[in-house]
Amino acid sequence: MPHDHHAPLSPSDHPYRDDDDTSLTYWQTMEIAVRELLIEKGYLSATQIQEQINTMDERSPANGAALVAKAWTDPTFKKSLINDAGEASRNMGFDIGPMHLIALENSETVHNVIVCTLCSCYPRNLLGLPPDWYKSRAYRSRTVIEPRKVLAEFGLELGEEIQVRVHDSTADMRYIVVPAQPKESIGLSENELKDWVTRDSMIGVGLPRSPI
Amino acid sequence: MKVRVLYQWPPGHVRTPAYLRGKVGIIERRIGEFKNPEQNAYRAKPDQSHLIRVRFKMKEVWGDNAERPDDFIEAEIYEHWLEPYDAT
Repeated sequence: MPHDHHAPLSPSDHPYRDDDDTSLTYWQTMEIAVRELLIEKGYLSATQIQEQINTMDERSPANGAALVAKAWTDPTFKKSLINDAGEASRNMGFDIGPMHLIALENSETVHNVIVCTLCSCYPRNLLGLPPDWYKSRAYRSRTVIEPRKVLAEFGLELGEEIQVRVHDSTADMRYIVVPAQPKESIGLSENELKDWVTRDSMIGVGLPRSPI
Repeated sequence: MKVRVLYQWPPGHVRTPAYLRGKVGIIERRIGEFKNPEQNAYRAKPDQSHLIRVRFKMKEVWGDNAERPDDFIEAEIYEHWLEPYDAT
């Protein structure tokens, strides 16, 4: 049997999902009321709101990957990125908004991983929306207590020679990991390298890998 | 320079994680001045407070239960939550 669900299956063997015919929560009602008032009073148009939503949705890990690929191929840029990630990113034309950014470099002896134990701070301008697990209580609490075990569950077994540095994004800074460049990718162009940089490798729960 | 995070439990919006209170670490870098979130969250006119990245050893934070004693945890702590620490 392809699936073992209790819910009845559609003719294509997928489970039916309940429609979202639930009543609005207090805050959903509030959001609609404020939005309609802003439009009614002429402060914003529906188009502007939709465009802003699209802009936010379009932010993706590709932005961060471009930054890392640049760092791998341009030692001067990498140095400035580690020194002042915000300024280096802006100077290279990456739109990171008002974000205060720190870039953390992985090496043969250091592995960095990012967590926000207090909420879910995440460099959205560079990585897009955070994955659900990043916001989960399990990831947020366990990563500061047993990072090696958490990373192993992501499939990342770190050797004894590697020191783990957990960065708790507690206040105003946002973080991006600059993973070490895989040996197999040395010599590739900046453009080709972008495809090696995964979202997870920039959070620190994965490594870059060949796109094919 | 060694610093200790104040062991205190004020009410309200505080951005110092509970698990780091009372712990000793070293200053990793000074980031600059930011609005004090404890005031800013309530729309009080916020003071500026220096934000400092502090590096802690796992052993210091979790004691004998540390997964690996010499791994690090680093976090941003506002200056008004830190006091100089002298081990002697």
